[in-house]
Amino acid sequence: MRKYVPKDNVQGKSYYTDRFWVAPRVPREEVEADSHFAAVVKALGRKAKESYIEIGQLVVHINPTENFNVLQILKEKCGYTQCSEQSAVDYLAKDGEFELFYQMLNITEAKRVRAVCRIKEGEAIESVEPLFKSANFAEREMFDMFGIKVNNHPFLKRILMPDDWEGHPLLKTYPLHGDEFASWYEVDKIFGKEYRDVIGPENRDPSRIDRYDTKRFSRVGYEVPFDADISAGEKEAAIEYSETVLVDYTKDSGKQLDERR
Amino acid sequence: MAQHQVNYASSAGLPIALTSVDKLVNWGRSNSLWPLTYGLACCAIEMMASGASRYDFDRMGTIFRASPRQADVMILAGTLSKKHSEFARRLYDQMTEPKWVISMGSCANTGGMFNTYATVQGVDRIIPVDIYLPGCAPRPETLQYALMMLQKKIRRESANMNNNTKNNLRLV
Repeated sequence: MRKYVPKDNVQGKSYYTDRFWVAPRVPREEVEADSHFAAVVKALGRKAKESYIEIGQLVVHINPTENFNVLQILKEKCGYTQCSEQSAVDYLAKDGEFELFYQMLNITEAKRVRAVCRIKEGEAIESVEPLFKSANFAEREMFDMFGIKVNNHPFLKRILMPDDWEGHPLLKTYPLHGDEFASWYEVDKIFGKEYRDVIGPENRDPSRIDRYDTKRFSRVGYEVPFDADISAGEKEAAIEYSETVLVDYTKDSGKQLDERR
Repeated sequence: MAQHQVNYASSAGLPIALTSVDKLVNWGRSNSLWPLTYGLACCAIEMMASGASRYDFDRMGTIFRASPRQADVMILAGTLSKKHSEFARRLYDQMTEPKWVISMGSCANTGGMFNTYATVQGVDRIIPVDIYLPGCAPRPETLQYALMMLQKKIRRESANMNNNTKNNLRLV
């Protein structure tokens, strides 16, 4: 029986965890009254469900249905004229949700705001491409990497992976070395599936040492001829050290390698 | 003006040189290796440096070509992604026979540090490789050495490429 491995999160984990280690948290501060960010929160009104300051940046939690309106207010009333980044975080294993974020920049005030919302798996989000042209590629990347559909996007197509790719690589359920489709992608595409046997599986461990490979690995003290079959175990030859015993150099040593070229 | 000189000590005293077709053809092939300009990642910088004046590949008859139709060596310099593998194979197929392949750098040899879903784990999965050039990235001298090894290999081959099975030609 193969060992059961949970499939909801296949990302690599550290093999050792400190029981007493406490993950450092970024301190969250209240929005100070009469500050620039207080005006931003006031302009958003009810749309800002929760707001706080992390490392000098305002974070506002919003409803996923109101993302377009919130970004429009930020752009037109608060002076956030750039959407520098937009993507998602996979919390499907933990909460069954994606966290989407929009990182906004106000150039005149030198301030940044992050609008954050959460959607369930399979839900779609409204495109903000009419407001920010940069969201065009960012939303395509989000669709490519997470499979989150974006409504009213002008050209929703994979941006990094090939068009015929299966799976969304930034999901936690996607293995780093790729699934079956990914590992045979180039062979299937170029030669066809019947060539899988000819080419063989990928070698994901190039530094692997084969104990019985006599072509590429030497065995000190247990030398064998080049390309000899040692699957039954090699013949032992004692190593002679000149410090301990008198080495007889006239005797034919077991380590003579006549056949190797 | 140079005097016409005949070395009576060699070639039975005649002003001729005897050779075989294999030698003559391979002399031509090995001294005019035209590689396809095919930089994929940072190894391409070293490949460019090899072609530029300091290391000067031109003196070896190696002139980079921008078209696979005019090239007979493919130097795969850098990481080959799975998305691009189809096009790499197409360019290889477009090259005219005889053709050789140098896999330059760790990424092209084995996938290198990119042990991920998106990288081809060694270009020999899709293209037959003649010379594997280790390094990350290899210095221009190393590429030059690889090219000289390829020249050596070509000189050992038969001029009729049908007689050459790529596997049994092992360089010492």
